[in-house]
Amino acid sequence: MGSTRTTGVPTKLTQGSQTKGGIGESTLRPDGTLKVTGEFAYSSDMWHEDMLWGQTLRSTVAHAEIVSIDTSEALAQAGVYAVLTYDDLPAAMKNYGLEIQDTPVLAHKKVRHHGEPVALVAADHPETARRAAAKIKIEYRELPLVTDEASATAPDAVLVHEGRDDEHSRHVPHPNIVHRQPIIRGDAAEAAKKADVIVKGEYTFGMQDQAFLGPESGLAVPAEDGGVDLYVATQWLHSDLEQIAPVLGLPEEKVRMTLSGVGGAFGGREDISMQIHACLLALRTGKPVKIVYNRFESFFGHVHRHPAKLYYEHGATKDGKLTHMKCRIVLDGGAYASASPAVVGNASSLSVGPYVVENVDIEAIALYTNNPPCGAMRGFGAVQACFAYEAQMDKLAAKLGMDPVEFRQLNAMEQGTLLPTGQVVDSPAPVAEILRRVKARPLPPERQWESSEGADVRQLPGGLSNTTHGEGVVRGVGYAVGIKNVGFSEGFDDYSTAKVRMEVINGEPVATVHTAMAEVGQGGVTVHAQIARTELGVTQVTIHPADTQVGSAGSSSASRQTYVTGGAVKNSCELVREKVLEIGRRKFGTYHPAWATAELLLEGGKVVTDGGEVLGDLVDVLEGESVEVEAEWRHRPTEPFDLRTGQGNGHVQYSFAAHRAVVEVDTELGLVKVIELACAQDVGKALNPLSVLGQIQGGTTQGLGVAVMEEIIVDPKTAKVKNPSFTDYLIPTILDTPTIPVDVLELADEHAPYGLRGIGEAPTLSSTPAVLAAIRNATGLELNRTPVRPEHLTGT
Amino acid sequence: MRVNFTVNGRQQEADDVWEGESLLYVLRERMGLPGSKNACEQGECGSCTVRLDGVPVCSCLVAAGQVEGREVTTVEGLADYARQREEHGGCASGACGTSLQEAQQWRANPAKGATDSQTGEVGGGNPAAALSPIQQAFIDAGAVQCGFCTPGLLIAADEMLERNPQPTDADIREALSGNLCRCTGYEKILDAVRLAAARQDRQGLQEGAV
Repeated sequence: MGSTRTTGVPTKLTQGSQTKGGIGESTLRPDGTLKVTGEFAYSSDMWHEDMLWGQTLRSTVAHAEIVSIDTSEALAQAGVYAVLTYDDLPAAMKNYGLEIQDTPVLAHKKVRHHGEPVALVAADHPETARRAAAKIKIEYRELPLVTDEASATAPDAVLVHEGRDDEHSRHVPHPNIVHRQPIIRGDAAEAAKKADVIVKGEYTFGMQDQAFLGPESGLAVPAEDGGVDLYVATQWLHSDLEQIAPVLGLPEEKVRMTLSGVGGAFGGREDISMQIHACLLALRTGKPVKIVYNRFESFFGHVHRHPAKLYYEHGATKDGKLTHMKCRIVLDGGAYASASPAVVGNASSLSVGPYVVENVDIEAIALYTNNPPCGAMRGFGAVQACFAYEAQMDKLAAKLGMDPVEFRQLNAMEQGTLLPTGQVVDSPAPVAEILRRVKARPLPPERQWESSEGADVRQLPGGLSNTTHGEGVVRGVGYAVGIKNVGFSEGFDDYSTAKVRMEVINGEPVATVHTAMAEVGQGGVTVHAQIARTELGVTQVTIHPADTQVGSAGSSSASRQTYVTGGAVKNSCELVREKVLEIGRRKFGTYHPAWATAELLLEGGKVVTDGGEVLGDLVDVLEGESVEVEAEWRHRPTEPFDLRTGQGNGHVQYSFAAHRAVVEVDTELGLVKVIELACAQDVGKALNPLSVLGQIQGGTTQGLGVAVMEEIIVDPKTAKVKNPSFTDYLIPTILDTPTIPVDVLELADEHAPYGLRGIGEAPTLSSTPAVLAAIRNATGLELNRTPVRPEHLTGT
Repeated sequence: MRVNFTVNGRQQEADDVWEGESLLYVLRERMGLPGSKNACEQGECGSCTVRLDGVPVCSCLVAAGQVEGREVTTVEGLADYARQREEHGGCASGACGTSLQEAQQWRANPAKGATDSQTGEVGGGNPAAALSPIQQAFIDAGAVQCGFCTPGLLIAADEMLERNPQPTDADIREALSGNLCRCTGYEKILDAVRLAAARQDRQGLQEGAV
């Protein structure tokens, strides 16, 4: 519905503008047909003759010593081929982890969270495996729980991990703090004295689940060379490989990974889930082993978004200029580190939001607790901060008697602004403009549910539950804007690899693109084919399945794949193009002087001069030849943040989105209906406009979810998860999701391929605080936590 | 136990079925039809939606034994189902079924095999011709991202359009409210159903004019 697109600075295109299906067109997904016919092979669809089913036995308590494990009864079951515990691990390396190798493949002596894997079973039927796992007897001796900052940092606190020697252990103030990042710039204390108004707030962000629909699953097939072939759904094949091979005691070349169909990811597949377990069972039994989590197990099988406590203070002058910001962000990382250090880096460096604040005093920490492990989820630390600083902006505007959008625009960052880290924002930052656009959009009509036949309850809070016909329903409007970094930050070597081949097949020039990029639904495969068409002037592009037979593509996360692997594909295509032109010069250079003198392009299957003269057909140039290049590509390097001051050029690029939410609230029952959630976002260059809209609308909806319904509830007394199901953990249905009109800006970032901007995460940031602001606007309540539940609105 | 039932017009027999197995498990693991998806296996997400004697059901909540002698349509058979409905003038009751002759002519989508299993980039034949209108509309409207919810949504949307060829947005939302999607924010799914309805409408007008 109603989507618009505005192009600002035109992106320079010298190559391929004439080739159909290139960048900038809404070409359709190459995997679309297989996905609508049910033939696309997802990781849970893998099947092998003679395969066994793996089952994981998980801890029923959150923190305990393992006194004993008795597997004898399970092993004696008919149909059971293997039962494995820690004692069966084959290599000296027993742990894995994204940043800190603190996560045991199977629990050793103790468990640190509810649902931690303790034992594995392989059997000839999944139910046999489940029943056998239930017969494993484990005796636990429960330990005191660490569940929040107070219990984690108390003088006599139990240590979640004893004897830490990771790189962060040296600078953290307590061993139950995974990582701490302060950022100091200017003098916040002094600036506070000049503020006419000061606003303080304490905010709570609930634990959100990625809730990708395709469960963790895959198939491990033992190979004759003693290695294993693994078919899985993941976000980063090579990162998995680095963690899997050592605990199997195998060299990396003996663990051959192929990406299977991925049923969504959203950060939840950055960490290892069943990969190692399936390989262990396959290598032990000598048979292919398939593991498929059900939804209950999936809630324990991956990390979640960090729940957070955020303490903020802002000051402003009476004419509405921000004077300073102090904040403390406490993220609960749960029992294992996962991506917590990087989440801390994002939360701290983006804690000011897209605003100019010269005096800041920032601290972000992630805790080790006995709660479920938390790590990557779409928005990655920036989401929690955005929820808090946007609430602060509304409070400040109210206190100053200013319009909340105008107040934001007055303080909005722009190109050239210094971040709290001292880094210059060196590409367009149209923060004020995207706010203007969402505000300028006409509001949806009031009381849309009314008709001559009475109220259409489907359009009211409570929906078909028929809880109101409009009585007690009030409307509210709220705004928010956010900033997300694109790509891996803080000095990480964030590269990707692309192998591109060009040859003639059946009388037609064909390009083949081979990367290890995880297609998780975002449409990277679509975009890679578009880039190859644009750069090589061909129509036919084959996307080779992603596997570890080509170099790393890095992760499908951090809004980075179109930038980085797209950049790698572009780069390899350019290298291929040069080789193709060399062949052309060698074969045909004597026939036309332009081969030597003109700038040559590949367009529409032909070699043409930049003046448009056709020099030859690619089929003739490539006759009897094939050209192949595999090359790595990197974006500009970044630097780590200083551990005491937080200064450093830590980020690559930024992504900005703004939302306006319109809600209707049944104040008697505390039910919320979001009527419209309009978004404006700068995407730099829309390589595939249809996919851009899909990313923005999907990200917006995940933000809506954590505003009004999504939260993993952990019992503070037991640290156990109370709602691991889609019955009790609710994600938005089509009835909960409003119309999402989108306004797309294309202001080129000159540092990025085609001027593009990573887009996947930004809409998830501002969606949540916009909905909260609208509910506050409707009800007049303060609402310092998300998600908002009915009891928060009715005070019951 | 043994279960005999019709799947996508073809008589099938599943042996050694454990009594606790769901229809979803039998389809996916015993019939080689993994198109129906296993996102929650508790009847909340709709990804396993199939038609059982024409009625949309969550196949994860149907015990395999319950389908004895009955007729099941999965996403793998949706294109054929839609084609037959068009040829035979609709079958809202699901009773249009499949004649023995038609069942014998059933074969898997020829687009398979020749197509790259990951991307489908180099397709065999003309896969577009083998799709039902709702399947084509999902591709054209950008309603497919990861695609895991897609098979269930296609079955549900096709069934709604069979009952209600000119749905309002509220009708579409109500009919698809049992199918979760985590990628799209549903906007493109709404577009796809509107598109399929519009194309169906236009085609009907053209046929009426002949």
